[in-house]
Amino acid sequence: MKTLLILAAAEGEEHNPLVPLWEEVAISLVVFGLLFFAIWKFVAPNFEKTFTERTAAIEGGLAAAETKQAEADAKLAELEAQLADARHEAARIREEAREQGAAIIAEMREQAQTEAARIVEHGKTQIEAERQQAVTSLRAEVGTLATSLAGRIVGESLDDDARQSRVVERFLAELEAN
Amino acid sequence: MTNAASASISAEEFHAPGPSIFDLPPVFEIGSLGVTKPMLQLVIAAVVVFGFLYAASKSRAMVPGKLQFAGEGAYGFVRNSVARDIIGSHDFQKFVPYLVTLFFFILVNNLFASIPFFQFPTFSRAGMAYALAGMSWLIYNGVGIAKHGPLGYLKLQSVPSGVSPAMYPLLVPLEFFSNILVRPVTLALRLFCNMFAGHILLVLFATGGLYLIEHVGGVGYVAGPLAWILAILVSFLEILVQFLQAYVFVLLNAMYIQGALADEH
Repeated sequence: MKTLLILAAAEGEEHNPLVPLWEEVAISLVVFGLLFFAIWKFVAPNFEKTFTERTAAIEGGLAAAETKQAEADAKLAELEAQLADARHEAARIREEAREQGAAIIAEMREQAQTEAARIVEHGKTQIEAERQQAVTSLRAEVGTLATSLAGRIVGESLDDDARQSRVVERFLAELEAN
Repeated sequence: MTNAASASISAEEFHAPGPSIFDLPPVFEIGSLGVTKPMLQLVIAAVVVFGFLYAASKSRAMVPGKLQFAGEGAYGFVRNSVARDIIGSHDFQKFVPYLVTLFFFILVNNLFASIPFFQFPTFSRAGMAYALAGMSWLIYNGVGIAKHGPLGYLKLQSVPSGVSPAMYPLLVPLEFFSNILVRPVTLALRLFCNMFAGHILLVLFATGGLYLIEHVGGVGYVAGPLAWILAILVSFLEILVQFLQAYVFVLLNAMYIQGALADEH
């Protein structure tokens, strides 16, 4: 209440609130100026540097990640190429082995056929020789038998070898001619 | 009822708070200059704003702590959503310190109206609002003149583009009046009047409530506390107004600077 009374008393010489006091204008400008200077000099550069560094750090991280990714991709491609090469090589070797196997089998077959032919030939020759031998021995046997038989029948001795053999030959020749 | 009693009642008649409540006696004097409470508040606000922003900015950690995060949020608010969005990413950087200073200086000084033991809005002193508005006027005009030259800038602000020259006699004086003469006045009065009216309203509710309880009795015992409750509600409204006035002041500064820098509008 006391304040109100004082104010009421002062009302007579009250100053218009729209009229500025010069010292208030001045002190406002001075204080604002000092604060502006301090913020311009000490605060804003700090914040701006922090923002820039943070952006750089994030972008740097992204760039590093991208590089790593690219490296990994290159590595993967390289390994895949190696794998494909290895597969190709394996297929080639398999093919070669198959070809070689086939060649070996063919060769073997040929050898076997040759051998078989040789054996057959050999057998034939042997049989022919034995037949020849048999024919020869049979011819001698038959001659002797026939001679002795004929001698006995005609009563004429055919002991003489030369004559005997001549007669047999003649007889056989007649047989073959028939 | 005796004469003395009636005299005492008339002495206790309610005096609504007037403009005189803003004329505070000096707290102390330096020479012939009486240092008043709003003057001290200016200094305290400057110290608080600088102390907070400097403490928050100096650690410069990549991953900010709480204080740095709050500081970056405050600084980034003015930097990004006022300076960059309005002035444009090409030119805004050199105005950021000015706009940041302006916003937080006005904000803290306005908030003093609602902070216990201060409870006085600094910018309810017209001279202080005039000072900032005059400074804003010098800055945006200075920026424009530096970019376009005195005549180019005068043309930019006074001659509207896309209007037939026949309208110039009418429009040029109007544009000059609104862009050059009226802006500082509205800037200053908007801030000053909001702070002035808000404070006077609060004082009215507070002293009126006290008067009702002390001297009216009866209905006064109900109406007085009601007035105080209203005072509390109005206080919250005032906090919003205090923030908005600081924001609007800075926003308009940024828009005036942008207009002064524009090539054609």
